[in-house]
Amino acid sequence: MNVLEIVSIAAAAVAVSFGAIGPALAEGRAVAAAMDAIARQPEAAATLSRTLFVGLAMIETMAIYCLVVALLVLFANPFIH
Amino acid sequence: MIRSPLVTTTLFYIGPVPISETVAVTWGLMAGLALASFLATRSLTLSPSRTQTVLELVVGAIEDQIRATIRVAPGPYVPMIGTLFLFILTANWSSLIPGIEPPTAHIETDAALGLIVFLAIIYFGIRARGLRGYLKTFAEPSIVMVPLNVVETFTRTFSLIVRLFGNIMSAVFVIGIILSLAGLLVPIPLMALDLLVGAIQAYIFAVLAIVFIGSGVSEGSRRTSTERT
Repeated sequence: MNVLEIVSIAAAAVAVSFGAIGPALAEGRAVAAAMDAIARQPEAAATLSRTLFVGLAMIETMAIYCLVVALLVLFANPFIH
Repeated sequence: MIRSPLVTTTLFYIGPVPISETVAVTWGLMAGLALASFLATRSLTLSPSRTQTVLELVVGAIEDQIRATIRVAPGPYVPMIGTLFLFILTANWSSLIPGIEPPTAHIETDAALGLIVFLAIIYFGIRARGLRGYLKTFAEPSIVMVPLNVVETFTRTFSLIVRLFGNIMSAVFVIGIILSLAGLLVPIPLMALDLLVGAIQAYIFAVLAIVFIGSGVSEGSRRTSTERT
């Protein structure tokens, strides 16, 4: 195992761990706001939950990008042959 | 050792064309869905039987979702969105059959689905507004936004692809890792989670597809924050 592989594994771990922080906080805020809105207006729950799902998917994409970058670094690294 | 999720295994060759496992599973799903649809819609009557009532319920639910999301008549979009949803759902849930890896866990299938949505956005946009009207939507708030809107057209399709791929592939991956650690009964809760993720991702893919199509079709003043990625 050379230095490049060790650095790659560390980089993948760092990418996923730090990339998950932002989306996690953001999803928490989004769900909290949606819960608040549903509590105030239960009759709008259907519209709110659909918008919430779409919004969560958008936020989650950031974490998924980090995951894909980590996978590229691990499995399709152009510098390791 | 777990295989890389980015490589596909070749099953057999038809002439010079390699047929991968993903393609074979996709064909199987397509044949199954087509056969099921043919058998289910073969004898439609005015006084519906039990099967027909269920089918009408499903189609009606899809129509209601489309109408609620983009507020235009759902007629032209139901076949495409419904097919996308059903195919992705069955593809995600095909991991329940032992030995079958869901085709959506490989980026090629997701890229094909994303390409369908990308072309559908352009097609429905041009059909609803004409070529000039569609091109005008790129300069919508002001002419300065043109490069941003052009980039957005590609990035939102790309994020659609990567989202489906990342979610399904990571679910398969996690189950693989758990299986290699503890074989019996332990992966079952995670497989239940996998089912939930599969259903949600199929729903989100369909909803986002219709939101993107709707942003090109309906009035420009109705652009909401969910349309941007």
